[in-house]
Amino acid sequence: MALQSLDIARRSATTTPPPGVRQTTEVAKLIDVSACIGCKACQVACMEWNDIRDEVGSCSGVYDNPVDLTAKSWTVMRYAEVEEKGKLEWLIRKDGCMHCADPGCLKACPAPGAIIQYANGIVDFHQENCIGCGYCVTGCPFNVPRISKEDNKAYKCSLCSDRVAVGQAPACAKVCPTGAIQFGSKEQMKDYADKRLVDLKSRGYDKAGLYDPQGVGGTHVMYVLHHADRPELYSGLPDNPSISPLVGLWKGFAKPLATVAMAAVALGSLFHYVTKGPNEVSKELEDELEKEDAK
Amino acid sequence: MQVSRRQFFKICGAGLSGSSIALMGFSPAPALAEVRSFKLARATETRNMCPYCSVSCGVLIYTTGDKSKNAKADIIHIEGDPDNPVNRGTLCPKGAGLLDMVKSPNRLKYPEVREAGSNEWKRISWDDAITRITKHMKADRDANFVEKNAAGTTVNRWNTFGFLASSAANNETGYLTHKILRGLGAVAFETQARI
Amino acid sequence: MTNHWVDIKNADLVIVMGGNAAEAHPCGFKWVIEAKKERKAKLVVVDPRFTRSAAVADYYAPIRSGADIAFLGGVINYLLSKDKIHHEYVKHYSNATFLINPDFKFEDGIFSGYNAEKRNYAKDTWSYQLDKDGYAKVDETMQDPNCVFQLMKKHYSRYTPELVSKVTGTPKDAFLKVCEMMAETAAPNKTMTILYALGWTEHSKGSQNIRTMALIQILLGNMGMAGGGINALRGHANVQGITDMCLFGANLPGYLTSPNEADVDRKTYLEKRTPKALRPNQMNFAQNYPKWFTSLQKAWYGNAATDKNDYAFDWLPKIDGAYDTLAIFERMHQGKMNGFVCQGYNPLASIPNKKKVGDALAKLKYLVVIDPLTTDTSEFWKNHAEFNEVDSSKIQTEVFRLPCNLFAEDTGSFTNSGRVIQWHWKAADGPGESKRDVEILASLFLKLKEMYAKDGGKFPDAMMGLTWPYRIPGKPAPEELLMEINGKALTDVLDPKDKTKVLVKAGEQLGTFGLLRDDGSTSCGNWIYCGSWSQGGNNTAKRDNSDPSGLGQTLNWGYAWPVNRRIIYNRASADLAGKPWDAKRTLLKWAGGKWVGNDVPDMRPDAAPEEGVMPFIMNPEGVARLFAPAMADGPFPEHYEPFETPLDKNPFHPNNPKATSNPAARVYKGDMEVFGKAKDFPYVATTYRLVEHFHYWTKHSKLNAVVQPEQFVEIGEELAKEKGIASGDKVKVRSMRGFIKAVAVVTKRIKALDVDGKKVHTVGLPNHWGFKGVAKSGYIVNTLTPFVGDANAQTPEFKAFLVNIEKA
Repeated sequence: MALQSLDIARRSATTTPPPGVRQTTEVAKLIDVSACIGCKACQVACMEWNDIRDEVGSCSGVYDNPVDLTAKSWTVMRYAEVEEKGKLEWLIRKDGCMHCADPGCLKACPAPGAIIQYANGIVDFHQENCIGCGYCVTGCPFNVPRISKEDNKAYKCSLCSDRVAVGQAPACAKVCPTGAIQFGSKEQMKDYADKRLVDLKSRGYDKAGLYDPQGVGGTHVMYVLHHADRPELYSGLPDNPSISPLVGLWKGFAKPLATVAMAAVALGSLFHYVTKGPNEVSKELEDELEKEDAK
Repeated sequence: MQVSRRQFFKICGAGLSGSSIALMGFSPAPALAEVRSFKLARATETRNMCPYCSVSCGVLIYTTGDKSKNAKADIIHIEGDPDNPVNRGTLCPKGAGLLDMVKSPNRLKYPEVREAGSNEWKRISWDDAITRITKHMKADRDANFVEKNAAGTTVNRWNTFGFLASSAANNETGYLTHKILRGLGAVAFETQARI
Repeated sequence: MTNHWVDIKNADLVIVMGGNAAEAHPCGFKWVIEAKKERKAKLVVVDPRFTRSAAVADYYAPIRSGADIAFLGGVINYLLSKDKIHHEYVKHYSNATFLINPDFKFEDGIFSGYNAEKRNYAKDTWSYQLDKDGYAKVDETMQDPNCVFQLMKKHYSRYTPELVSKVTGTPKDAFLKVCEMMAETAAPNKTMTILYALGWTEHSKGSQNIRTMALIQILLGNMGMAGGGINALRGHANVQGITDMCLFGANLPGYLTSPNEADVDRKTYLEKRTPKALRPNQMNFAQNYPKWFTSLQKAWYGNAATDKNDYAFDWLPKIDGAYDTLAIFERMHQGKMNGFVCQGYNPLASIPNKKKVGDALAKLKYLVVIDPLTTDTSEFWKNHAEFNEVDSSKIQTEVFRLPCNLFAEDTGSFTNSGRVIQWHWKAADGPGESKRDVEILASLFLKLKEMYAKDGGKFPDAMMGLTWPYRIPGKPAPEELLMEINGKALTDVLDPKDKTKVLVKAGEQLGTFGLLRDDGSTSCGNWIYCGSWSQGGNNTAKRDNSDPSGLGQTLNWGYAWPVNRRIIYNRASADLAGKPWDAKRTLLKWAGGKWVGNDVPDMRPDAAPEEGVMPFIMNPEGVARLFAPAMADGPFPEHYEPFETPLDKNPFHPNNPKATSNPAARVYKGDMEVFGKAKDFPYVATTYRLVEHFHYWTKHSKLNAVVQPEQFVEIGEELAKEKGIASGDKVKVRSMRGFIKAVAVVTKRIKALDVDGKKVHTVGLPNHWGFKGVAKSGYIVNTLTPFVGDANAQTPEFKAFLVNIEKA
């Protein structure tokens, strides 16, 4: 394998262990929701840097636009108007890939090398290897990856691995006008979060806390929340996310046993893969499953 | 946790097929994992300023080519200037989108005229445009310039002609605009400062 | 801004009112967040809407749009009645002690000297009592009933918390909470900064909105302090610079004023504009007016301006009335104009009452649009269906559209809101045949000169005599222009104290406006920019961002006017003896026989404290004005209702209809008739920007169109329920002048307010849309707005007018 600009920790659907002697620093992005003004500079910088332009949509009666993540919007702002005891709070959360330490997408991915986890913690999609099956979507506890209708490949935030590889911050972190997005080593980000929590608690947010969910082994995108006890207030941020039990199930028993129960599906899939190529396989499989579901 | 049948099969299928491929020593592609290369590596960097609000954020404009004669500089990316003490490299959504302003499909590229009563634009040359506009101006000025008012005081003004000056223009442009306007005797001019 | 962007981080309390800094100036707003993070500062937002600034505020108070003076007047009353003021500061640095003409009166909402017919004031009673030497009389005890302090106390005693709450709709406890927080900064070592923008200026009493806050800042001793000041967050990247260049009919560069018909000669003109000191020993800096003006004439007319011809005084046009934007469009609408140029300006979208503006443009013989983009104005004659329903065949205006370059394609300087002038460099050529602005201007001007030289015509003298020293006449270089603006010595400039000493040699660039002369020996295109390009070179291109004081002053980054001073009135940051009020934020102190510190002193550098030279050097009094006769609509700000008010009277003056709305605001015939009444248009509308867009420009940028694609209006849940409107519904908003249609955003962030016993709803109207662009086409919001402006600045009342709303 060629020498990489970022060391690889894991590759999807690959059993060969990657080289693991070099130790690189774990990076993280910290999103301080208490300093976020919801300006969408991160959304724009993301599209600009990554050479993507989402569609000009329409206003659906809220500030959110585009209304959801797409193959061309790898991050979106989600706005929640929360009113409690007469006090209004406008909780605005930047949504996007959390770069889990234990990435459900990677574990679910059947295409070798389509999903990579670098040693610095970034989870990156390599579209040239993607077969468009959508399992990463299912595997993701945060509902982040999106399949493009144009090329049937999965896309999501790369944490600007191209920038990070040359020692730069991701485009969203650099651009953020209020410093609500910080970038550095995971260690630095936790220290920074500590300082922010002291400030927030002094302003009466007793439940302020860091969101670094352990159910997915911690994340390389973390949030400072004023109401860490109720992450769901922030447009449904999961309280205690974990990888779908099915990904766990597969890991737990299917792999060592090489599995009789699922052999048919697997062989079928492989057969199709070899003869017809990846996209068709997944489509056929999808169709089959759709039919099953309809019953 | 509820798991649908479909999800179940998805996971099984995914894991097995992937695993199986690898176990059989079969790899469909070299599956390299090199990150996208840094697109600005040899681009030319120019210091400029965001033209939107009055924070006047410093920006770095990246252009293709090295300014050699045959390489046309094309703007490919704009980001914040980290040295600028005010914005320190940051930008807002407007500034972050400057590339699409520079590259807007609605940029004007050549002079045009819409004639009286017409429903369309007509492309004209710069010479034509300047000649036709100045003819209008001179005719108007010669007909309506006031040298003295009723009391006999010299007033030297031309107030049938007006000008709205850009607040996005450079200081130098603003200054020259003012100098020329007064030189012509114009008084009916304003800028966006009050709006 | 009296202070600057980075200085916001030095504040203890940040007030965002009359603006929405997080959305309109996000990168400047970072210094608010910095103050919160690093200084434990508090952020208070007062706004009709819970904005994105409010989203990160420590405290938010709602207010009815158009009621700011009531609120702030109430704050003044709170500070005075609870004695929460900075006593030393007020006594010495303001005109609180000055005695006013005993004939000055304020009765039933009207100040003395009112002329109802002309809607203006004769101001002779708004004056100081003078002693035999012509100096203003003062009462150091501030007990005299005619002293400014007592008059002010009396004036604002009417602004009780109860009445304030009744007029503003702000709950009384919320109002008092804000008062309390502001009052804490009366401590000499605490500062409050105020960040405002068009939310204060765009009212029929816009200037007085700002003045009311200025009074508060003086009472609290926050002017001239690091982390204090009055900070106008300006609109465009170079709106500050273009304002400084004074592209106004009524002004000359550097805030000099145009001659008018009464200025029969240079002497008369200068006498009226050169003030005499009103207190002993004051700098009275405006006494240098003749030097600024003469140097300007030398810059423009060179050798043709001599003492023999009054320095070409008669070559300057003399104005005969108002030429602000509203006045210009009124003249155009009356058919009094033939030609018009829009340079980077889109009046069809940005001037009130689109119908009137469109009709006015249709009366022109020719319209020239110089712009990088296809503006709506350039196609005012074209039918764009519901968004611009016109009949092209009936519009006889000949329209030219000339492509100019954008920022990235030109070199030159911009002045930011903090008065810092910064040079920028061209990165690439513009598209197609587009040209730099100055080339377009030069080609028009040179062609005109050529025509006049060939065919003759009316008064060519000034045109022909205009200096044009540019090496390539058709392409004046930005460097040449900034050098001309800065000014140079035409002959040797001598030291007035020692005539044998040459301060600047002939031909050299001047280093400061202190070197300007009124004898024709210096030229300078804009005195406040003198020093920007000194003999040492282009100071606006300086890029050393070191900040040794840690206060964010960065004195070697760019060049701030005046004389690279970053915080204006900084002398007021120290007490009478020259000791800083807060040593941790020292801007200046008196040490070793001079003023030293972390800024360029706003004071004669060797003026010893004993001399009693006061900090407000541009005023002949030397002190800040709590009582300001210069204002058109009253020396003290007073609450008046917007011209379109949801109330039937001004609750401060219920029995005087003349005092309902600003009695000194100009209203044209025809416009008064199309002001709506609350019975037909019951809701208060206010227009504003969104963070995703910049005016009517970014609708041409795909990236911005993606993140905010379609026009919408915002209403509160209660109004939505009453009207049966759901989020996402299409609604129609009507005013007396027209209607728009847009998508409804129903939100908790706009609340109905209880005003004078009545429920008042607000309808929020973001601008940004039009019929040209890559964003979805929309209606021009200024279809709805009223054609009336502030009594002083004529800024249109975009922020408070009446509409009705229904499901479309």
